[in-house]
Amino acid sequence: MLEIKNVFASINGVQILKGTNLTIKPGEVHAVMGPNGSGKSTLSKLVSGHPDVEIESGDILLNGESILDDDPDIRALKGVFMAFQYPVEVPGVQNGSFLRMAYNAKRKFQGLDEVDPMDFEELIQEKLKWVGMNEKFLDRPLNQGFSGGEKKRNEILQLAVLEPTLSILDETDSGLDIDALRTVSEAVNKMINKDRSFLVITHYQRLLNHIVPDVVHIFSEGQIIKTGDKSLALEVEEKGYDWLLQPVS
Amino acid sequence: MKNESVLSKKKIEEMAETSYKYGFKTDIESETAPKGLSEDVIRMISKKKNEPEFMLDFRLKALKHLSKMTEPDWANLNYPKIDLQDISYYSEPKVKKKLDSLDDVDPELLKTFEKLGIPLTEQKKLANVAVDAIFDSVSVATTFKDKLLKVGVVFCPFSEALEKYPDLVKKYLGTVVPHTDNYFACVNAAAFTEGSFVYIPKDTLCPMELSTYFRINTEETGQFERTLIVCEDNSYVSYLEGCTAPQFDTNQLHAAVVELVALDNAEIKYSTVQNWYAGDPVTGKGGIYNFVTKRGKCQGKKSKISWTQIETGSAITWKYPGCVLIGEGSIGEFYSVALTTHNQQADTGTKMIHIGKNTKSTIISKGISAGKSQNTYRGLVQMNKSAKGADNFTQCDSMLIGDKCGAHTFPYIDVRNASSTLGHEAATVKVTDEQLFYFQQRGISAEDALTTIVNGFCKDVFKKLPTEFAVEATQLLGLRLEESVG
Repeated sequence: MLEIKNVFASINGVQILKGTNLTIKPGEVHAVMGPNGSGKSTLSKLVSGHPDVEIESGDILLNGESILDDDPDIRALKGVFMAFQYPVEVPGVQNGSFLRMAYNAKRKFQGLDEVDPMDFEELIQEKLKWVGMNEKFLDRPLNQGFSGGEKKRNEILQLAVLEPTLSILDETDSGLDIDALRTVSEAVNKMINKDRSFLVITHYQRLLNHIVPDVVHIFSEGQIIKTGDKSLALEVEEKGYDWLLQPVS
Repeated sequence: MKNESVLSKKKIEEMAETSYKYGFKTDIESETAPKGLSEDVIRMISKKKNEPEFMLDFRLKALKHLSKMTEPDWANLNYPKIDLQDISYYSEPKVKKKLDSLDDVDPELLKTFEKLGIPLTEQKKLANVAVDAIFDSVSVATTFKDKLLKVGVVFCPFSEALEKYPDLVKKYLGTVVPHTDNYFACVNAAAFTEGSFVYIPKDTLCPMELSTYFRINTEETGQFERTLIVCEDNSYVSYLEGCTAPQFDTNQLHAAVVELVALDNAEIKYSTVQNWYAGDPVTGKGGIYNFVTKRGKCQGKKSKISWTQIETGSAITWKYPGCVLIGEGSIGEFYSVALTTHNQQADTGTKMIHIGKNTKSTIISKGISAGKSQNTYRGLVQMNKSAKGADNFTQCDSMLIGDKCGAHTFPYIDVRNASSTLGHEAATVKVTDEQLFYFQQRGISAEDALTTIVNGFCKDVFKKLPTEFAVEATQLLGLRLEESVG
């Protein structure tokens, strides 16, 4: 599904990723954990094609093909989705119309007919329930005035509607209370199947109690320094990161 | 290798190449007056149009006054002085006989309007919209004229109005915008060549949208049209004007005057979709200088005039459609979207003059600047001593796209009584790269993202447009933005 091959990349002239390698197979859930400033979020920007990220060397393959030359919208249409850590507010654009626009952009890319507002409303009823939101939510301006929890629910609603093949959750647990965390996680779990892959970037282990990873990576100084199964996350939770960081520094 | 995905350079270049869709010139033989403004030229125009005596007097009086006036320089605009002697004041497509039906219209002309999306032929007429099409200095065709006349509504070219309804024209011409009003209005009063005339009799709701479509075709010709709309007691009309011009390297002057008169309980809705050629996107060469005076007089009690404008074209825009609120309880409204891109400059806004008791005005202005453009809102709200209980609400918002453009706001507020209320809100927003990236990450292209964000910013104004044109305006804005991103 996704292959990040020995990528060196910088933001504003500062090298952040220093030889990152990561392979995710279809149906797998990978977690990337690491201390603040380790470059975890840069990883999500790298894959989604954020313009701030300057790639020095290496390659990113999606289903075996390089996506380095693809604009972010093309990458998205090819199945890459990122749930933002801080979703941006867009005044004047209705949440529901934005969602339909994104949905139709995907339909169009797949050579399917666009869906009209009435049909769309019907189509997303179930997904709204998944994230515990009602229709009124769709009438509000995109992310504007949303609470931290509402923003995250909205990201997951988009994920559920767009059905991407590769989903990156960038610190989705931050700013969520325990109930919201459960709702959001349950929605994500409903999406997991053998064709979809997930990359869960998180600071804390608690999210991984709800979204259980197949593989856990520890990220530090722009590299993956350790890879293991879900028990690695528990170990980190117990011992902190320091014991892992020693050998590198 | 940089991950230059949002609005990459390549894309900007591609988009910049999207040219002005209406920039073509129609090859048609036309008769153009020699350059320059003089008594002879004015007598020639008046004679060509077979005008009554009072019209010639009106023009000559204006010409005389013009010598005492100077070009205003207070606007936040930068352009070389306009040489009135270097412009031709009259150009007409060569047609031998009088046009009685569309069959007599030169097919080239019909094709031109068809290309502009303004079908004039019987089979293709816009449903429920009557159109007066003006090509350079003359009217080409007016549709649905007879149908309108059946209910007493007059909708015809100005020259025809002078012929058939001289008393009506004489009664109202220059009563809202006198020739002494300003320099460009004075030029217009002296040299105007065509325009539309609308008269809605008492107790009549005009059964369809009226629309005038202006097209400048000849190089170095100015367009000086004059529109007069009169709504008698308890009547209503909705009117829309549209405009385009071919691409020339030289600047063309467009100095129009629009006068509206609303009597007791009458309502006039005047909408403009302005898409004059804006000049070369890269060099800034050419484009229309749009110096326009538009004003409505709410003479009658509870009368209402509302201006809606979508300004996207022209190298320079200088216009302040306003309302003089005389009748007790009369209402003035101004809804504006002004988009400037590349090297465009706009200094636009409104004037609301409250004279009568309990008069009310609303101003909503949305200015969008992109490229290297400068966009200025200038608005006057004046409440005279007599305007007891007057009320105004103003909202003027600016949106910036990129970091080389400018947005400026000059509100003038002059309240001379203690019982009036006034509210003013203003906000400036910037379209951020993060917003565009958010859209792109959801599979929406940067261009579509920008259009969506801008349309969202303008929707309060768009919903004031007649439905037939709201979609067109949205698309036009999208097109102009696509040309400009970067």
